[in-house]
Amino acid sequence: MRVVLGEDLALLRDGLIRLLTASGFDVIDAVDNGPGLLRALVEHRPDVAVVDVRLPPTFTDEGLRAAIEARAVVPGLPVLVLSQYVEQLYARELLSDGRGAVGYLLKDRVANVEQFVDAVRRVAGGGTAMDPEVVAQLLASNAGNEPLHRLTPREREVLGLMAEGRSNTAIAGRLFVTEKAIAKHTNNIFSKLDLPPSSDDNRRVLAVLAYLNS
Amino acid sequence: MTGERRPGPVRLAGWGVTLSLQAMVAVAVLCVVVTSAAVVVVTVGIPLTLMSVPWLRGITDWHRLWVTSKLGIPVARPYRPLPQQGRLARVRAMLTDPATWRDLLWVLVNGTAGLFLALLPITFLASAVWYAVVVPLLIGLLPRNLDLDFSSMHLTTLGSAIPVGVLLAAACLLLFRFTTRPLFRAYGRLVRWGLGPPEKSRLADRVAQLTESRAETVDTQAAELRRIERDLHDGAQARLVSLGMSLGMAENVLASDPNAAGELLAEAREATGLALAELRDLVRGIHPPVLADRGLDGAVRALALANPLPVEVTVDLPGRPPAPVESAAYFAVAEVLTNAAKHSGATSAWIRLAHADGRLGMMVGDDGRGGAHQPVGGGLHGIERRLAAFDGTMLVTSPVGGPTIVTMEMPCELSSARTLPSSGTA
Repeated sequence: MRVVLGEDLALLRDGLIRLLTASGFDVIDAVDNGPGLLRALVEHRPDVAVVDVRLPPTFTDEGLRAAIEARAVVPGLPVLVLSQYVEQLYARELLSDGRGAVGYLLKDRVANVEQFVDAVRRVAGGGTAMDPEVVAQLLASNAGNEPLHRLTPREREVLGLMAEGRSNTAIAGRLFVTEKAIAKHTNNIFSKLDLPPSSDDNRRVLAVLAYLNS
Repeated sequence: MTGERRPGPVRLAGWGVTLSLQAMVAVAVLCVVVTSAAVVVVTVGIPLTLMSVPWLRGITDWHRLWVTSKLGIPVARPYRPLPQQGRLARVRAMLTDPATWRDLLWVLVNGTAGLFLALLPITFLASAVWYAVVVPLLIGLLPRNLDLDFSSMHLTTLGSAIPVGVLLAAACLLLFRFTTRPLFRAYGRLVRWGLGPPEKSRLADRVAQLTESRAETVDTQAAELRRIERDLHDGAQARLVSLGMSLGMAENVLASDPNAAGELLAEAREATGLALAELRDLVRGIHPPVLADRGLDGAVRALALANPLPVEVTVDLPGRPPAPVESAAYFAVAEVLTNAAKHSGATSAWIRLAHADGRLGMMVGDDGRGGAHQPVGGGLHGIERRLAAFDGTMLVTSPVGGPTIVTMEMPCELSSARTLPSSGTA
């Protein structure tokens, strides 16, 4: 699987290259600035891009902007954005084209190699990977939302994992219940939130996020 | 203060009569004050001064108020506070206050230049009546053989007097119509020059205010640094120490007990996560990354998104304020919004940011129960002090029953709008 990396700190860049290569990815280009990243993404059209939000020359949200611009040129280009902090505003911008194949994770998550690699693969496959912290923020800022009150605590837990982009199988494994039980929960959630049920993992996540973002 | 409508030329001309009468009374009071001050060494001068100086101040106060309310030119009182007790102390305070002597000087100027300015408009009006009505009447009624010399024109018949009179009257009315306001504005400036606080005392006030706000700023900064130091010491530093210990122990047992080593490594990874989370919170409190990335506009929108209440944001900023102002504005809005969400019982809130007349205005409102107040040491009071470092102000209106609206202002200039970084060439 071909990966383009956008990270300006040499230490982290080398670490990520090592980690991705060891996990069977092929890092075809690693750039350290926003304009270079945009060029590399459009030129190589990788299977997935792993991008730091803050890049030179402005050291603001250069990487995020480059990723969004690249997706405007190459629709649905899978992008996993990494950052030292997560901001709902940025999650919203990444999701706004409704095409999926986006991830937005705290850099800390890299420490859990298995989960991180899983997230990269999920994004490359057209899925989503939202940081639990983004999801927690979304749920907190929607706490006053009437339909959310109708969910049971268990259903809210499932909703959170679903919003992170996990499949029913993964959620079932995480909560130590059967996949069938999770399917029942998700159907309840969809009907309580008036979301059209869907079998496609990605569309399901987007529906949840669209609901939470509204 | 300037809410009522400004009087038109006719009302102003009427006021001109009052002002000129006052100017003459003021000159009389001036004589009394000067005389009593001169004989203050004799006992009778003391009660005389105690009586006449307040007269003088009464007249000058009336002028300050009149100019402020009718002409919209604010004139502040420049007097030093008088001691509460001791007739002698009061007299000394009155006579050594430079404002008293400036008052007297102004009375002289007002009695000449001021009188002239105040009476000119009504003179124009009177002249119009004179030329249009009185002159033709005189010519019509007086015996024919009388030769009246009007403005070096020999007007002997009504036929020539009426058109010339009407023309001159029209000219006077035009003068009246278009010079009255400028003349009174000049009068207002004369009052401000003579009766307002002189530059020196204005600067003294400013220095006192700056000294106070600087002391508060320094205190606040020192407290912030202490808090950061403590947070680092108890948080991230402690976590790194425990991380080192876990790694060291893992190293020791790696060969003998790989399972235990694995557990210790997992523990170590968890410690890095916690340390990072604490550092992240700390950074947010120092300078939120989204503020650096997107400026005040984006940061306030992010703030609104993260708030449990639905918050409507309206931003009208053509550029970016200087970074320190931006940061102070962000934290002020954040604090007010947090207060609203926590204490007001509101179901929705709104934020408005705008820049006009060299000031950044921020308004935060909610539909809660109101009754918010600013106890010393409370959150709102803290914001006020932080804004004061930038000459900013805060006004809270929060009637019981709501709604609460907090209005904050900071003087600042905007830099031209930033071009998007990724659209630049590099």
